[in-house]
Amino acid sequence: MKARVWGCRGSLASPGADTVRYGGNTSCVEVRLESGHLIILDAGTGIRPLGAAMDGESFDELHIFLTHLHLDHLQGLGFFRPLFRPAADIHIWGPASPVQSLADRIAIYLSPPLFPVRLADIPARITFHDAPEDGVTIGSATVSAASVAHQGPTVGYRIEEHGRTLAYLPDHEPSLGVELAAQPPSWISGHEIAQGADVLFHDAQYGDDEYPNHVGWGHSSIEHVVGFATKAEVGMVILFHHDPYHTDDELEQLLVEAREQCEMVDDTVCLAHEGMTVTLDRDGVRVS
Amino acid sequence: MVSPGGAKSLPLILARELASNLSTAMFLLDAAGTLVFFNDSAEILIGRAFAELGEISAAEFGEVLALAEADGTPLRRRDTPAGIAFLERRPAHRVLLATGYDGTRRLVEATAYPLLGANDEMHGVVSVFWPGAAIVAGTGAGS
Repeated sequence: MKARVWGCRGSLASPGADTVRYGGNTSCVEVRLESGHLIILDAGTGIRPLGAAMDGESFDELHIFLTHLHLDHLQGLGFFRPLFRPAADIHIWGPASPVQSLADRIAIYLSPPLFPVRLADIPARITFHDAPEDGVTIGSATVSAASVAHQGPTVGYRIEEHGRTLAYLPDHEPSLGVELAAQPPSWISGHEIAQGADVLFHDAQYGDDEYPNHVGWGHSSIEHVVGFATKAEVGMVILFHHDPYHTDDELEQLLVEAREQCEMVDDTVCLAHEGMTVTLDRDGVRVS
Repeated sequence: MVSPGGAKSLPLILARELASNLSTAMFLLDAAGTLVFFNDSAEILIGRAFAELGEISAAEFGEVLALAEADGTPLRRRDTPAGIAFLERRPAHRVLLATGYDGTRRLVEATAYPLLGANDEMHGVVSVFWPGAAIVAGTGAGS
């Protein structure tokens, strides 16, 4: 599979001179499988340029896996051009709710006055599904989900294809009120999603000095992401969901801090940036 | 004692995090009925630390605690607050006698409620305990 980052900012799109190197679009990662199937992780503002890049591309179906419905993971959906192709077969997956269907919850945003077009009026054929906790096969890959600690119903995703694994946990606070290092792996939120993954995209919103003022907000500090990745024995961790107030220079300082805390070699800890591609295949993992 | 199980579900993880930060005695059962955690305050009732015991099967736990009504009448597991919460998927409260690993029998009040997920699936049971009116030493209630 080949993953491409279209948005890695957290909370709010943050364009501007201070964010050009890592980008200001919110969460969206395109994953192309060997079978040709397309998986899209989250529908933040990054899904708009992805949709534009798909102009002229034909596809039988595509799958959008939403980790949760906070706006930074949903806001781009109405601007995803394939939704306006009448013949498009689009499957949207997201966390279950005991109260409202996924479609009804998404329609809260995709309806006036928040959005001019109603979800029901979108031309594409859209099918909604609860996140696949028991796993679902899509082309050459299996996608599985598990609920993780964040604010509100949220899941992480694990994509496995030909012995390679990509884990995606963009919004995650794995050690709320407890010391992560002291926890057995089975008691750590998200561990089963990340365990042994070749590549982990993980929330890294706060510096360690910022986290004490954001406990319970649902995001990780650098110490958390490093500790979580180490416990999960991942091959590579990609710092994701950058705080909207962090400039490019500040992000690079956070990377330095992460590498100082980490037992992994330097190039296996890196910052997500728009346009970053990660290839996972029989030959290994390559980042460009 | 049973072998530590696999990955715990998020509701159970969050319940454990809450329990770890409370002085209220709290037990957690998982969806199989295994006692997977109790906090430091619950050690007073159990008579041993969780770190020492680890996870305990429902059968062993029930046998050790020898739960009884306040007058000493033995209580079936299904009639305990945790049993009701687990089997009937509803909250329950009761005053009861429980025996710890140290052999001490204690009068406690227990409230249990099920952890039901977004699809109404069972994740486990939370049991909260308070000391009853008296703590009775020895092996028999009131002895």
